[in-house]
Amino acid sequence: MTVIEAHGLRKTFGKTIALDGVDLRVEEGRILGLIGLNGAGKTTALNTILGLTQYQGELKVLGRNPWTERKQLMRDVCFIADVAVLPRWMRVSQALDYVAGVHPRFDCAKAEGFLAKTTIRRESKVRELSKGMVAQLHLALVMAIDAKLLVLDEPTLGLDILYRKQFYDSLLNDYYDRNRTIIVTTHQVEDVQHILTDLMFINRGRIVLSCSMEEYESRYQEVMVHPEQIGAARALKPLYERQALGRNIFLFDGVDHQQLAALGDARTPSIADLFIAVVGNHSGETQGAAR
Amino acid sequence: MNTQSNAMPNAPLEAQAVTNAAVAATRPLYWSIRRELWENRSLYIAPLTIASLFLVGFLISTIQQMPKMRATLVDPAQQRAAIHMPYDVAAFVLLLTAFFTGAFYCLDALYGERRDRSVLFWKSLPVSDLTAVLAKACIPLAVLPLFAFVVILATQFVIFLLSTAFALGNGFSAVALWAQLPLWKMWISLLCAIVASALWYAPIYGWLLLVSSFVRRGVFLSAVLPPFAIGVVEKIAFNTHYFADMMTFRLTGWYSQAFAPLAPGAASPADPLAQLTLGRFLSRPELWIGLAITVIFLALAVQLRRSREPI
Repeated sequence: MTVIEAHGLRKTFGKTIALDGVDLRVEEGRILGLIGLNGAGKTTALNTILGLTQYQGELKVLGRNPWTERKQLMRDVCFIADVAVLPRWMRVSQALDYVAGVHPRFDCAKAEGFLAKTTIRRESKVRELSKGMVAQLHLALVMAIDAKLLVLDEPTLGLDILYRKQFYDSLLNDYYDRNRTIIVTTHQVEDVQHILTDLMFINRGRIVLSCSMEEYESRYQEVMVHPEQIGAARALKPLYERQALGRNIFLFDGVDHQQLAALGDARTPSIADLFIAVVGNHSGETQGAAR
Repeated sequence: MNTQSNAMPNAPLEAQAVTNAAVAATRPLYWSIRRELWENRSLYIAPLTIASLFLVGFLISTIQQMPKMRATLVDPAQQRAAIHMPYDVAAFVLLLTAFFTGAFYCLDALYGERRDRSVLFWKSLPVSDLTAVLAKACIPLAVLPLFAFVVILATQFVIFLLSTAFALGNGFSAVALWAQLPLWKMWISLLCAIVASALWYAPIYGWLLLVSSFVRRGVFLSAVLPPFAIGVVEKIAFNTHYFADMMTFRLTGWYSQAFAPLAPGAASPADPLAQLTLGRFLSRPELWIGLAITVIFLALAVQLRRSREPI
């Protein structure tokens, strides 16, 4: 089943183009990482999917128009937009009661089960919790909702590495079941690399790369080339070339792995390195070009 | 839900489905109102504080004035006025408190959630913008008036007990005192006053909610300056004051229309219900125009809550 389908999705704010004709298709059971610089259009893309902004073009989320059918959509879609947006005056017990009251698919016992694994007390107010604990609480609430699509927009920004790791671990172990679909954006791409099934780069309102992680691993190779092989490496038209610790590192797209192994130490590149290779050259123009 | 329906015999199935649908429709509203009360504790703290302060003041002034009263109040009308005064003042002060509490609540209701970005959390749940705005409008239009009514009732009852105790302690007849206080009728009259004022003030609350839904800063000034500016411009340009009169009537009209005016210096009538002029109040076009404007303001607020982003 297709969870999200977009054709020619456009969104402008005055003269700035935030989404410039995005085509998108996300199937059920995928964990999609949407990677982009600040202002590349990630949040705008997610906001259109969540029915928070109007848009031009075609967009169907779980078969619904997210802008006109937002209320119905929110029964099946859940999202964490930004860290620590839980109201600061709320008590943990009130948050549980409220979500149980308004959400027909919320399983309160499940949420309490998740909270039992943390140090969060039910009578605490959100303002008394650390930023990491607020993220834990929000995740506990969201994971107890039997939703078909979960959207996470920078859910771990500003959290320390322990909380970040716990966050994605529980997401993968306690929530993801191959029927649910997750979309996540983050700047800490190394945190999510191992959990994604699909990857998408967005730059200046356009999707500049879209592939599954299997495809990613077979297509992209990063080679630390022996000095005498540099000429041969360049002849294979690398995507990107950089220097680290006095060695030349080349990133190749779609070159035979055995051929690359002959040039030096080959491995799968990190998402961050591929991102820089694909997008980095234009970063100066991108910053501030869109929101 | 399925297991429940299966266990039921077939006949009430449809009825149950209808009930379920009704429950499903009102649950988000109910919980949204509850969460407003969790967040805004001033909604009930303010009236309770004012009521307690009033009672303390009443106690002190009664202790001081009791000996004087015995000497001066021989005229029955004057006596009645003196006995009624604390009840009327208590009701007036608490109604005013409810109005201000409601007004300041409205100013922050749709602004605060954007400022602290919690709107991103509220919007992640299946509660429509219409439900959210209606819940917020219910606070000054229904919850606060109801609460004010209960608090005024309680305050007046304490006044009643205290004055009875003082009357007995100072050799007055309690029965004579009670004869001056038709409590049930007073309370019906009070209920009318509360409903009338809530309906009459509805466009004010609607306007404050609307302002709160779109401004990025300076909510109070954004709400107060435009009407003030219109009045000033009208005065300068045409040397008239229709708009200012309209605003004054909006603030005081419910009382002047729902209650017959007293002759200057006259005491309130023995029967409080005799003063009620509900027919006149309900036939004022300003009431119905005001309610129509409220609906427009709230509809705009719903649209703006949909499209506005967190600040």
